[in-house]
Amino acid sequence: MSTTRDDRGSAPNVGYRQIGRPLTRTDAPGKVTGRTLYAGDYSMPGMLHVKIVRADLASARLVRIDVSRARALAGVECILTGADLPDRTAATDIPGQTGRKRLNTDQQILVKERIRYFGEPLALIAAQSRDIAEQAAELVEFDLEPLPGVYDPEEALKPGAPLVSGSGDNVVAEYRIRKGDVDAGFGAADVVVERTYRTPFQEHAFLEPEVGLAWIDENEVVNIRVSTQVIEHFRTIAEAIGVPHNKVRILGALVGGGFGGKEDMTVEIYLALLAQRTRRPVRLEYSREDSFVGHGKRHPFKLTYRTGVTRDGRITALRISAIADSGAYVFLSPYVLLYCAVASPGPYRIDNLDFHGRAVATNNMYTSAFRGFGGMQACAAYEQQMDEVAKVIGMDRIEFRRRNFLRTGESISTGFVPPSAIWTEECVDRAWAALGEPTRVAYPLKIGRGVAAYLQSYGRLTFLHDTSEAWVGVEMDGTVVVRSGVTDIGAGQASALGQIAAEVLGVTLDNVVIYNSDSAVTPLAGTTTATRALYMTGNAAKLAAEAVRKRLAAGAAQELGVAADQVDFGDNRVFVVHEPARSMAMIDLVRACAARGIHRSELAIFRAPFSDPLDPQTGQGQAHPDYVFGAQAVEVAVDVETGEVTVLRSVAAHDVGQCVNRAAVEGQIEGGTQNGQGFALSEEMLYHEGRLLTPSFSEYLMPTSMDMPKVQSIILESRSGVGPFGAKGIGEPALTPVAPAIANAVADAIGVRVFELPMTPERVVRAIQEMERQI
Amino acid sequence: MVQEKQVTLSVNGRSRTGRFPAHRTLLEALRELGHTEVKCGCEKGDCGACAVLVDGKAVDSCLTLVWTAEGRAITTVVGLGNAQSPHPLQKAFAESGAAQCGYCIPGMVIAAKSLLDRNPDPGEEDVRIALSGNLCRCTGYTKIFEAVSTAAAALREEGGVR
Ligand code: FES
Ligand code: FES
Repeated sequence: MSTTRDDRGSAPNVGYRQIGRPLTRTDAPGKVTGRTLYAGDYSMPGMLHVKIVRADLASARLVRIDVSRARALAGVECILTGADLPDRTAATDIPGQTGRKRLNTDQQILVKERIRYFGEPLALIAAQSRDIAEQAAELVEFDLEPLPGVYDPEEALKPGAPLVSGSGDNVVAEYRIRKGDVDAGFGAADVVVERTYRTPFQEHAFLEPEVGLAWIDENEVVNIRVSTQVIEHFRTIAEAIGVPHNKVRILGALVGGGFGGKEDMTVEIYLALLAQRTRRPVRLEYSREDSFVGHGKRHPFKLTYRTGVTRDGRITALRISAIADSGAYVFLSPYVLLYCAVASPGPYRIDNLDFHGRAVATNNMYTSAFRGFGGMQACAAYEQQMDEVAKVIGMDRIEFRRRNFLRTGESISTGFVPPSAIWTEECVDRAWAALGEPTRVAYPLKIGRGVAAYLQSYGRLTFLHDTSEAWVGVEMDGTVVVRSGVTDIGAGQASALGQIAAEVLGVTLDNVVIYNSDSAVTPLAGTTTATRALYMTGNAAKLAAEAVRKRLAAGAAQELGVAADQVDFGDNRVFVVHEPARSMAMIDLVRACAARGIHRSELAIFRAPFSDPLDPQTGQGQAHPDYVFGAQAVEVAVDVETGEVTVLRSVAAHDVGQCVNRAAVEGQIEGGTQNGQGFALSEEMLYHEGRLLTPSFSEYLMPTSMDMPKVQSIILESRSGVGPFGAKGIGEPALTPVAPAIANAVADAIGVRVFELPMTPERVVRAIQEMERQI
Repeated sequence: MVQEKQVTLSVNGRSRTGRFPAHRTLLEALRELGHTEVKCGCEKGDCGACAVLVDGKAVDSCLTLVWTAEGRAITTVVGLGNAQSPHPLQKAFAESGAAQCGYCIPGMVIAAKSLLDRNPDPGEEDVRIALSGNLCRCTGYTKIFEAVSTAAAALREEGGVR
């Protein structure tokens, strides 16, 4: 829908030829014509098909597994069980960052004895066809002895609760943030408001299930073509299968959706092991049900907020306690909890803050990365709490926020001052104003409106010392090549690098080709996670392109007989700045430079700021390179008889720093809005004792074309970010404020809050009934 | 031994032959024949990624047995156009940024084509209903709606069905 440019405080966008425009992405033609090959579209001669046999209990001991009948089936080539594997695990802990290094929490590759979650893999079958692999899976016999399990993180914290792993307790990570004097702050408050908010599991539900194809090549390298966000798992895979790092190669493909769910490994180790054993190409594609039970989910959180506030709307103290369900293995739980901690007060100035959070192991499905990564769960709580507090002190919701907004140059929870502009207030005002006149409805419908502001990091944790590489070069005919390991998970990560190189080198985007996502031949760029790809790899590509431009400019200066700073590049030509008629075509310039032996390519590395870890006692220090600020405003209609919530309008306003591709930015906002709406209203993973009861798209309900309003994006550009051209990031921020905005709108409509997401019709009706009982 | 049968399909106007057992779905068969543009997202009729036109109507190929498709005209997204000469739907999807990861797009374009063949001037509600069997996790559908309207207008301008 319509997009409004913001020119407040920033120069008009005249300086750029490619940047900021809604260009057709380089990957679009292949995708709309069906020519793009995804990882699952490749096959090889003699390829075997793999099926995984999974445990059907969440907490149990494997007493016996017998694969002899399955092995006897004609066409079965290899079956592996835990007993066949060396004693290796896949690392899931984050040494030094969990606050405490726990033993025995790495994930076993196949169950040896103890089963910790429903669906944990027991055996791998490789057969000549998928039909045979599936038949063989039916013939595998196993006996499980049920063991006491724990399925609620609060139960898991109690003394004597069954232990999921190791010894001691079930706490896998714990963080604190302490700032100012919270007791004094509560003493200074006129009112104290305490509320508890719950957020649910969520399934990534990328449309392309996990898939990969592995083979061993003539150099004894295990090649794996896989749908992944992270090609650099090759090191972990090598260690897990016992080969040197340089004997595993990951080839990505354009990814059919990731959202964090393809950040951890999926099929890679299984494929590598089977390729090693069979010496044949092996292919594994998850069924949708495999995908539902086979990868980590979003962490459910229980968040209790206790806010001290004066009558005139100043927050004097904030105490937060958070409990996250880590599920059966650690994976990225410590990071997710840390992101929640850092984001926990939101985009507000809180001088007296006490956050205490724990991630707790249970026998539920393990939880790990998901777009928003702890920060969005925090936002779901702090923005509902802002409305609750405003209601108690009788102040307008936006006015209350205005009195507490963090402003540019002020420090966040960890004492760190973000280097960029903080435009939260502008975003809230613009989004709210765009809702326009309220929609008129009649009983049983009621209209409600809500807004939510946020802060969300972009770039990885700075104590991880993140780096990213990109290579840019010009061919003899003046066309441009970009090489970088970055994976493209659908947001246009690769195309953005092309646009950056095109801008710097003055060529049009159709003259750029991007090679990405190959751990052996494209320079390693790090992960496509944490809203970091544009920031990190975009900066690397810009550095590389600038170095090439500098050398070409020197060549052009000689050819044109002017100083190097007098030449500029544009429209596939190089020209003299104030005399554009004096120019030459890129192709002629490149040939002239080649004749002079000028180096026409560059490999660049970009380093994020490096910091020490946060102080373990106070949580103070730098956690991320920078933060994005923005807001979502929504209007809903609630049917007070059925409890059904319809989102009528959804407006997002984000300061993205600088758009690289405007259409791609809008696309992220629209998709993030959809994901957040599903999280708020309909997406529910029902588990019974760890067993998923909703493993299909007919049971797990994502917003369809019938449910989504046309999303309106308001894009502000402060040009203040630490990404290329002042860009920030939008992948995760797009999702973060959506659910609390909807929750606030529902509460506005029905006069009572539903404290647990998703706000299904049943929960909404129950909240209304409860309110009516109390009146 | 599972009973197999030789099946001849007409795919994008070309005749394709393979041997398939009775339980083989059209989705699996098309992919086996190299039509990897037909995507698999669920194999249960829930997502629409596998949609193809069968005699002009969009169907989920994962719910269609290949034996029943013998002799019927099957069209996939590749049959509509290519990068050099895209169908107006493909052009509109590309230019409006409606394809993000792109995995849902072959099915989405087919569902939209089936709609526009029946109704050249659909209202927003018609578009929503026609695409309601096609899940997309990336786009929020906003640009997909725009692309379908743009393509519909372009096709009306051309004055004919393509
Ligand atoms: S694969 Fe056919 S509907 Fe999902
Ligand atoms: S573009 Fe990714 S599922 Fe639609």
